[in-house]
Amino acid sequence: MSDIADRVKKIVVEHLGVDEEKVTETASFIDDLGADSLDTVELVMAFEEEFGIEIPDDAAETIQTFGDAVKFIQGAV
Amino acid sequence: MFDLTGRNALVTGASGGIGGAVAEALHEAGATVALSGTREAPLRELAEKLGERAHVVTADLGDAAAVEALPKAAAEAMGSVDILVNNAGITRDNLFMRMSDEEWAQVLEVNLTSSFRLCRGVLRGMMKARWGRIVNIGSIVGATGNPGQGNYAAAKAGLVGMSKSLAYEVASRGITVNCVAPGFIETAMTGKLNDEQKGRILAQIPAGRMGSAQEIAAAVLYLASPAAGYVTGATLHVNGGMAMI
Repeated sequence: MSDIADRVKKIVVEHLGVDEEKVTETASFIDDLGADSLDTVELVMAFEEEFGIEIPDDAAETIQTFGDAVKFIQGAV
Repeated sequence: MFDLTGRNALVTGASGGIGGAVAEALHEAGATVALSGTREAPLRELAEKLGERAHVVTADLGDAAAVEALPKAAAEAMGSVDILVNNAGITRDNLFMRMSDEEWAQVLEVNLTSSFRLCRGVLRGMMKARWGRIVNIGSIVGATGNPGQGNYAAAKAGLVGMSKSLAYEVASRGITVNCVAPGFIETAMTGKLNDEQKGRILAQIPAGRMGSAQEIAAAVLYLASPAAGYVTGATLHVNGGMAMI
């Protein structure tokens, strides 16, 4: 697993308090990992800080799963 | 009981009567304060009077870019914004039939829209800290209406609805959002009233007097304190019994 994916996973595990095994490529933050809409905003904020990037609102809306997040961040850093 | 040691508070309209009293009360309780307003001289004067833990961050709340920049400037000066008091307000009174679009828009812009922008601007830090206090200064007229103040009453009522909605969204993150609604308070704003107007107002106040800015500040201090952690989405009316709502 790439370094970016590891860092994203760490943030998700810490923020949502879920087991690492549950954070799979296709795991949806809301449907599978128990996030509410505010959690997803906070996750995006945490990603922005961890990777020093800006994630615009329209892009943030497309980040639904762990895989989406990793893919977006790989393209942005 | 209301200890704000280590907390950083941004107070808008701090050059006014109520805002100045709020800043003093928060500061006395141990908070570091950022005093905001359009006029720098009275803010500097207040900051000097307070001494340590007081910063001046000027901003014209009618200017969207200045409003956006204010939370950042305050956070830079103090390290964070843990408490936001949206106190700044203007009046452009006129009879409804004569009220211009401009009078309407100015009052909504400064009294409501700037509060929205400042709330939005401080939320990120508060969410991360899992602690925050937002106190919006409303008005009795937001609940009762007042002839000649269609714009002002709309803005103040708007603050209540805005505060409740935001309170819902962030309650689980340790952030409370409340309003304090003053009745008639002795300030420059009410100083413009003539004796006849004052007499009519006093006749409607069970307490038989106008309130002081310090009595508003005490309500704000309570809501800003850790002690009020379970109070959110509320409006605390401080009006001498003028409207028991």
